[in-house]
Amino acid sequence: MAMKVAEESLSACSGCEIAILNMGDALVELLGQMEFVHMPILFDHKYFGQLGQNQKMEMPEADLGIITGAVANEEHLRVLQKMRTRCDVLMAIGTCATHGGIPALLNSWSTEEAMETIFSTSTTDLGSSLPYQGLPPLLDRVYAVDEKVRVDVLMPGCPPNPEHIAEVLACLLKGDRPLLPEKSVCDTCPTIRKGKGKVKMVRRFLENAQYDPEEPIEKMECLLEQGFMCMGPVTAAGCATNGVPRCISARVPCRGCFGPVRPGGNQMLDMMNALASNGIDWKTIVDRRSLLRFSGAHGLLKPLGQRS
Amino acid sequence: MEKTLHIQPVTRIEGHASIVIHLDDDGNVKETRLHIMSLRGFEKFIEGRPAEEVPRIVNRICGICPWMHHLAACKAVDSCFGVSPTLAGHRLRELCQVMAHISDKILHFFFLAAPDFVIGPEGDYTVRNIVGIVKQAPELASKVVKMRQLGQTMLERFAGKAIHPVAGVVGGFAKPMVEEERKELLKGARTLLDFSLYALDYGRKNVFSRYEGLMKELGTIKTGFLGTVDSEGCLRLYDGLLRLMRPDGSFMEFAPETYTEHIAEHVAAWSYAKMPYAKVWGEGFCLDLNRPKGIYRTNTLARINVAEKMATSHAQAALEEFREKFGRPAQSTLLYHWARLIELVYACERTVEILEDKVITDRDVRSAATPRAGRGIGCVEAPRGTLIHDYMTDENGCILKANMIVGTTHNIAPMNLSVEQAARSLIKGGNIDEELLNKIEMAVRAYDP
Repeated sequence: MAMKVAEESLSACSGCEIAILNMGDALVELLGQMEFVHMPILFDHKYFGQLGQNQKMEMPEADLGIITGAVANEEHLRVLQKMRTRCDVLMAIGTCATHGGIPALLNSWSTEEAMETIFSTSTTDLGSSLPYQGLPPLLDRVYAVDEKVRVDVLMPGCPPNPEHIAEVLACLLKGDRPLLPEKSVCDTCPTIRKGKGKVKMVRRFLENAQYDPEEPIEKMECLLEQGFMCMGPVTAAGCATNGVPRCISARVPCRGCFGPVRPGGNQMLDMMNALASNGIDWKTIVDRRSLLRFSGAHGLLKPLGQRS
Repeated sequence: MEKTLHIQPVTRIEGHASIVIHLDDDGNVKETRLHIMSLRGFEKFIEGRPAEEVPRIVNRICGICPWMHHLAACKAVDSCFGVSPTLAGHRLRELCQVMAHISDKILHFFFLAAPDFVIGPEGDYTVRNIVGIVKQAPELASKVVKMRQLGQTMLERFAGKAIHPVAGVVGGFAKPMVEEERKELLKGARTLLDFSLYALDYGRKNVFSRYEGLMKELGTIKTGFLGTVDSEGCLRLYDGLLRLMRPDGSFMEFAPETYTEHIAEHVAAWSYAKMPYAKVWGEGFCLDLNRPKGIYRTNTLARINVAEKMATSHAQAALEEFREKFGRPAQSTLLYHWARLIELVYACERTVEILEDKVITDRDVRSAATPRAGRGIGCVEAPRGTLIHDYMTDENGCILKANMIVGTTHNIAPMNLSVEQAARSLIKGGNIDEELLNKIEMAVRAYDP
């Protein structure tokens, strides 16, 4: 019998859904063994009946529930809790769901401050009051999914790696428990590393790295050792295809989009430690809080109050 | 008895929306609302970030069109720092942008919209979807799955990431293209061009001619239009002047940098998304179906309407046929789909054109940039419409203030009008069924929100 799958996206961008589609042939193969009972981006099942006349939100039962996105408003929370009660196994995919992702950057401000800025930009009509009618109020901050419900499988990535999604789905179809990588991006990066010493500070990415474009990544010197801020040491592996982390394959440093290497890790503190232990002055990082740009949920990013 | 219908979630769209329809005692439509449910706060949380990092943050506004935000941001940061990208840097950015348009249009037309036409608006909801198409038209399905994948793979191989790209950088691009890559991409682009001509033909024969009545009437409203053109009036996606057309077809042009003189945003109590309107028309904003004020539309139909012509030959032929049939400006909402396929052809032809010019392999892809205080406005045509990023930086080159008008936002007010028009013409005396409600959603889907 086919595995029933329900999918929901909370505070998110649909990139995870595109990553699911980017499984390509693997998805077509898996489709024979899966039946999607709910997935708003592709399928037409509705919460309040197909005629929109019910009062209570309905969600079909499913063997597997997939959640993308962070929990930012009351509607997200309702949908998430409903999914938890209706799905046997709940899997959170994408860094928004697992660590708050980019939406959790908002946690550096209060909800009120954020709303005020958003509804007073240069083109917004003066004196506009804030929208509320028929809209879900924002929560006090942006949460990762596992802060609100029990989650069985957490698969980060912004976006997650399609190959990885396919492996995990295949694993779940067989009734096995999927194993997720425990390495860092650096562990999977083939650039040349010579060791400590040369670099004393980290630079912003304002000029391109040194490399010969005709040569493969294996011939390029590590970007951190070239002096660029690169979060490979403190970021979970998983993005690599063809043996190269994705941003590195574009000759661009890592910014941490798979979240911390260890569950519960803090990418900002870990990075400062990593730099310090290599004799690099961590004070040369401009905007340290943005090291938490993908993992600001779980209480890591907080409003600083009266800071200017 | 009065009654309220909740169509939630609106499905086969990218974002989060719901439609609420209030019926009066006689079962006729009293009021409709398209609620936009999501609010994430990018304008707030990029404050304080080093501006050169912002193209890697704002791409997360949309996982379907991340390249658009990525590149509009790159352009805005270029201006903040006062740097001009090299020619090859410019071209590499445009190449990635038009390639991203290709995958996006295939996704929207075949995966999201086509079930309404191939399975039919009346089809059972459990099969009216891409899996239903796989079963009913396996050959078509296999083709579109392959072609979308090809577009995504081409981008990913060259630029590292297709979703949430990183290769666009202040001053240009992070890596040059080598000859081997150029040849490989050109081969793929030619395959996609062939497919785009097939797709247009498929649409013409199997969708547009089969549903002529629906195409003409469903969700149809009368509005102005906004899009980007070059100095010859050709439709452009990456760079150009903004052309704002009134409902009667007369138009004005302006540089993107002056957008605040022309566009303002209305806030409605029932939508997190703001509603841009043409401030420059001096009539204010009004969302009354019978006398709308300040309302213009963006996205494919708008671009096709404002342009004099297409810069490439197949797309130009397709535009001529379209214009002969529907005039200018064409107002029927479902014609967005037809216009989308014409743009698909243009995007493929433009991709081939860029790749055939050897400038694309020039090694000089990035100008060095120095952080400084400044203001920058970056604008591109995203699949869903004119996308504007406007940043101010401090002396350290970090963001002080930001304003963004996202493609879909321009169409929030028009989508509300289209929903109301569709609901009023379809719901009479309390008659409601699944087909009818799906047709109301089709009026939204045409805008690909």
